Amino acid sequence: MKNGGKVAALAAGVGLVAGIWPAHALTVFVSNEQGNTISVIDGETQEVINEIAVGNRPRGIALGHDNRFLYICASDDNTIQVMDTETLELVDTLPSGPDPELLVIAPQGDRLYVANEDDNLVTVIDLETREMIAEIPVGVEPEGMGVSPDGKIVVNTSETTNMAHFIDTDSYEIVGNVLVGQRPRIAEFTSDGSEVWVTAEIGGTVSVIDPVGMEVMREISFEVAGVEPEALQPVGVKILEDRSKAYVALGPSNRVAVIDAQTHEVLDYILVGQRVWQLELTPDETTLYTSNGVSNDVTLIDTATDTAMVSIPVGSFPWGIAIKP
Amino acid sequence: MIRLCTTVVLAILAATTAARAVDVEIVFLSRDQEERLPLSFVDPIVEDPGVWGARLALDDNKTTGGFLGHTYSLVERVLAADEDIAAVFEEERQSGRTLFISDLPRDDLQAIAEHPEASEALIFNGRVGDDDLRINVCFDNVFHTAPSRSMRTDALVQFLVWKRWPRLYLVSGTQENDVAFADAIRRSAEKFGAQVVAESDYAYSAISRRTDSGHIQIQDQMPLATQEGGEYDVLVVADENEVFGEYLPYNTYAARPVAGTHGLVAMSWHRVLEQWGSTQIQRRFEQVADRWMEERDYGAWLGVRSIGEAVTRLNSADAAEMRAFLRSPDFEIGGFKGVGLSYRSWDQQMRQPVLIANKRVLVSASPQPGFLHERTPLDSLGYDEPESECRLQ
Repeated sequence: MKNGGKVAALAAGVGLVAGIWPAHALTVFVSNEQGNTISVIDGETQEVINEIAVGNRPRGIALGHDNRFLYICASDDNTIQVMDTETLELVDTLPSGPDPELLVIAPQGDRLYVANEDDNLVTVIDLETREMIAEIPVGVEPEGMGVSPDGKIVVNTSETTNMAHFIDTDSYEIVGNVLVGQRPRIAEFTSDGSEVWVTAEIGGTVSVIDPVGMEVMREISFEVAGVEPEALQPVGVKILEDRSKAYVALGPSNRVAVIDAQTHEVLDYILVGQRVWQLELTPDETTLYTSNGVSNDVTLIDTATDTAMVSIPVGSFPWGIAIKP
Repeated sequence: MIRLCTTVVLAILAATTAARAVDVEIVFLSRDQEERLPLSFVDPIVEDPGVWGARLALDDNKTTGGFLGHTYSLVERVLAADEDIAAVFEEERQSGRTLFISDLPRDDLQAIAEHPEASEALIFNGRVGDDDLRINVCFDNVFHTAPSRSMRTDALVQFLVWKRWPRLYLVSGTQENDVAFADAIRRSAEKFGAQVVAESDYAYSAISRRTDSGHIQIQDQMPLATQEGGEYDVLVVADENEVFGEYLPYNTYAARPVAGTHGLVAMSWHRVLEQWGSTQIQRRFEQVADRWMEERDYGAWLGVRSIGEAVTRLNSADAAEMRAFLRSPDFEIGGFKGVGLSYRSWDQQMRQPVLIANKRVLVSASPQPGFLHERTPLDSLGYDEPESECRLQ
């Protein structure tokens, strides 16, 4: 179980010696669920340059439209905190329902959708007025939030109901429900809007859903020799813009699966840190960041070679990742 | 809670396309019993054990059912001390009800499982952990959501072996269930390479939990009762009836930790669990029940949720269809323990991780790393197929 560390040390050596690391003027934010902080990483030097104390149990984080503000689900404080990404100061809070876990921002940048795990609700917040404008009843323990590229549909997953709920963002009504595997965690649209990928942590699958017919087109499952099937728990998912590949974090198996996003075949597994949870791509999609909860670090994966390059220690129990260009 | 459910149903019915109306009635059976009070005053006296787990799971099923056109209701039958279980069961079967959550004690559970009317019913045992119900008293129509006694002792001994504390000093009460717990510990020790190096009985009769200057006697008695341990690592106590086990930690003759029914315990559920998303169910439960969720609640919750999951996937509440599905590899449910839970086909025992906890925090959860099994590490807990005579088909 110490492999994550070994890979990190090795990869760090390779990166430094070869000097092949591409230059980024990026700032990476990582929420630390247990540390109650946000780690701020300089994407160029790959060093943690700051650690900011925030609310209790920060989990899902997302950048607003112009990247000026970072929105932070402070789950145990039942609120969403707003951080100014230039001054790194907390400037406001938003009226979320109880226990916000994951949020997504409309592509137009005007609205924020958040899953309230305790209340079986999805809450809609107007980012201009910073007021709650709607609450949508969904299944038990809402979690994953995905928004279609045109902003017209939000998909929410409910962990105990085991469904993906399709919500019309004009009427705020549910227009369809799709049964998926046990404990669905994340919903992610492809960039062309033609597929929604839903990961099921306990079910061990990714359901690829046709958002028009609202049917599961394909179930992707995972298998790694020598790893017990129960440990292969899909959580975070990121799909490249051109749909050549997708990446799925597999939790306590400490691996990220690489998937052909056209054929849905699993191509490879990349060993990262312990309990890999969420994923985020840099804007140029050359690098994938993974948050590794148990080993308290993030791993950087080169998406050209699908290899782990370096791991960076962050705060305690890293969870969400957001990357500012 | 009720208001919320109604809103959900209305919002969703409009959007549902492939709804086939299924009406699911579930009967919850329990018996009002005088429970012995816990020795510790910080242990709550549990009001209405079991039923709140069934009620909460019913709400969870209703929310899901609202999206699919399935409705659920719960018929609660809590028997008085002298009421005849067979008559109540027969009455419910005559009304056409087939799905039962049993929060009944052992004899009552067996009475309904053996009842002629039980052949077309499904009974979910959320309470009784007796091993014989998993190895030689086998019922086609009973699914066990409560862990067996040997699942608990296997979970605990795996942890002690993982800690490299293999030398056990077994101190047992003398009542029937204490003897069964002690037997299970001996079996677990042999199974995982630990050794019971010494044994003592504790045969004092039950004492009141509230006595003036009571600690003075206890401080004298417990070292006396535990001085035969010799060289050992952990004192394992078998006191299922809450007679003396609570008094052992810090009062043992040797400076050794206490585990078993007291001290470090193996549980299917405990308030200290906050991992694997259990924060949500712990909060939901406390909101509706106004107390902590206990093991019997969790057992009933798993039973009602198993029914809900089967109805959701099958679009039917036919008992025979449900039984086949629950036994199949296609069935699993999330139970806030980090892995999917399913039923063993030979004895219809639910596979589940077992919590290792003290009164204040979660210490670990078994199966422990390194205890492997050809099917799943979860089957390293409890009697395995070759050790059981049950061959349910």
